[in-house]
Amino acid sequence: MAADAISKKAKHHKTLLKVVTRIVLIAFTVVVLFPILWTVMTSFKTSTEFLTSAWTLPSTLHVQNYVNAWNTGNLGANFINSIIVTALGLCFMLVLAVPLAYVTSRMKFKVRGIVNFVVMAGLFISQTYIAVPVFTMISSFQRYLNEYVIFQDLRLTNNLVIYALICAVSTLPFTVYLLRGYMSGIPKDYEEAAGIDGCGLWATMLRVIVPMSKSALVTVVMFDFMSYWNEFPLAQIFLTDSSVKTLPIGLQNLMETQKFATDWGAMFAGMVIVMLPTIVLYCIVQKRLTQGISMGGLKG
Amino acid sequence: MGSGKIAAAAPKNRNRQRAGFIAACTIPALVLYAVFVLYPTITVFYTAFFSQTSLGGSSRTFVGFDNFIGVFQNSQFLESLGNQFFLIVVVTIITMVAAMFFAALLTQSNLKEKPFYRTVFFFPNVLAIVVIGTLFVQIYDPTNGLLNAIVSVFTGSESHIAWLGEDRFTILWCVAFAMVWQAIGYYMVMYMSGMDSISPELYEVADLEGMGKFKQFFKITLPLMWEVVRVTLVFFIISTINMSYTFATVMTPENMDVPLTFVYKQAYAGNNYGFGMAATTIMFIISFALALLSNKLTARDD
Repeated sequence: MAADAISKKAKHHKTLLKVVTRIVLIAFTVVVLFPILWTVMTSFKTSTEFLTSAWTLPSTLHVQNYVNAWNTGNLGANFINSIIVTALGLCFMLVLAVPLAYVTSRMKFKVRGIVNFVVMAGLFISQTYIAVPVFTMISSFQRYLNEYVIFQDLRLTNNLVIYALICAVSTLPFTVYLLRGYMSGIPKDYEEAAGIDGCGLWATMLRVIVPMSKSALVTVVMFDFMSYWNEFPLAQIFLTDSSVKTLPIGLQNLMETQKFATDWGAMFAGMVIVMLPTIVLYCIVQKRLTQGISMGGLKG
Repeated sequence: MGSGKIAAAAPKNRNRQRAGFIAACTIPALVLYAVFVLYPTITVFYTAFFSQTSLGGSSRTFVGFDNFIGVFQNSQFLESLGNQFFLIVVVTIITMVAAMFFAALLTQSNLKEKPFYRTVFFFPNVLAIVVIGTLFVQIYDPTNGLLNAIVSVFTGSESHIAWLGEDRFTILWCVAFAMVWQAIGYYMVMYMSGMDSISPELYEVADLEGMGKFKQFFKITLPLMWEVVRVTLVFFIISTINMSYTFATVMTPENMDVPLTFVYKQAYAGNNYGFGMAATTIMFIISFALALLSNKLTARDD
C-alpha cells in the first residue's frame, strides 16, 4: 500500500515535471518563431495598416510590397547576383577543398604537417578582419593592370567571379577541416584495392573516396551555401556598383532608403525574400544539418 | 604505408606520378589561400607600423609603435572595445547557459516532439545576420516596433521607447539579445549531441541512488561533456567578435561601435590607414588571447 502511494506520488511528480518542461519549451518556441511570423505577416500589410497597429492581421494580402521590393528596391537583380555568387562559390569550393582534404587526410608526404597547420590557422582569420586589406590589394592590382592597353577595361573589384572565389577560399579551412575528419575515417583498404584494380590516383579519389564521402560533402555544401548566400562584410566593401550587389547588401540599402521613403511593406517583403531560400533549404535538409554540426563540433 | 614493398618494386615514374598528384591537389588551393587569406593578414600586421594616408597609396612612412599608442589613446576605440567586451561576456554567458539548459531539458525529458523543438530552436542560425539585424531594428522601432507594442499591452499606456537610441547599455542589451536569439540553437544542438553520447545507465544508477536531476546535471552531464564545452567556448568567442561587426553595422550604424566597425569607418574616412590596421592587429591579438585564455581556464587538472 505504502509503496503504491509512493510510486503514485512519483508518477504524479513526473507528469508535473513534463508539463513544466513543455511550458518552458513552448515559451521559447514563441520567442524564436514570433518575430519571424510577425515579419511575414507585416510583409503583407499596407503602410497605413502597419502604422495603425503592430498586432492586427492584414485585411488583404498586399502583394504589391513584394513587387516594390523586387523592382523598385532592386532585390530582383540582387537575387540573381546572389544565385550566381553562391553557385560559383560552391563550384570553386568543391574543386579546391576536395583534393586538398583528400590528399592531407589519406596520403603521407613530407610537408603534410605544415600544410595542415597553415590551413587550420585560417580558422582564426575571418573576412571581418581582412576585408579592407583584401579590397586594397585587389584594387591596386587592378590599377596596375589597367595601365596596360589590353587590360584597360578589366574590372577586378565589383567582379562577381572574383568575389565568389574569395568567398570560396575563405571558407577553405572550415570545409577542409570537416571533410578531412570524415575522410580519414574511411579504411585504407579501399585505396589498395583500387590500386590493385588498376585505378589511377585521380580515379581512386573521384570514383572511390568522393562517392563514399557523400554525406560529409552534402554537409559542407549546406554550410557553405549559407555562408555565401549570407556573406556581408566583404560584399559591403567589394561590391559597391548597384549592378553587382548581393541580397544582404540590397536589404541593407533598402533599410537605409526606407528611413526616408517610409515604404515599410517593401522592407518587410525584402526580409522575407532574403530569408525564403534558406528557409526552404533548411526544411529539406535540417536533420542532416544538425547532425553535421555535431560532427564538426565533436571532432574539435 | 602497408604497400611499401609494392611501391619499392614499382618503377620510378610511379613515384613521380604520386608527387605530381599531390602537387596538383594542394598547390592551387594553397596558392589562392596564400593570396586571399595569408597575404592580407600579413599586410594588416605590417601596415600597422606605417603611416599611410590613402587606401593603397604609395606614400608611407615607418612610425614604429605610434599607431598602436594612438589607438590606445583614442577614446572612441576604447569605448568600442568596451562594447566588444560587454558583448563577448554577456552573450557568451547567456547563450551557453541557456543552450545547456535547453539541451539538458530536451535530452532528459524524452518528449515525443523533441525533434520539433530542435528544428525550431536551431532555425535562426540559418538566417543571414543582416536579416536578423534588420528584423530586430524593426522590433525595437520607437513608433511601430513590436517590443513597444508588447510593453504597451503590459503597461496599458502607449510606449515609445527608443531602444536603440541614446543610452549605451540599453543599446548593448538590445544587440546582445538579438545575438543570443541567433546563437542558442546552434550550441544547443552541439550540447545535445554531446549529451546523447553519455550512457543512459549512469542516469539510471543515479536515479536508483536517489540523486536529484540538478545534482545529476552537475555530477554526470557537465563533467562528461566538458571537452565539448571547451571547444564551443573558443568557437563562440571568435564568432561573437565576427558577428558583432555585422550586427553593429546593421543595427547601430551611428550610435554604437565595436572595434571592427570603428576600423571600417576609419578606413573610409580617409584617415591614416595604418591606424586602422593597428586597431585590427589588436583585435587579432585579443581574439587569439581570449581563445587561449578560455582554453587554459577551463582545462582540468586530471
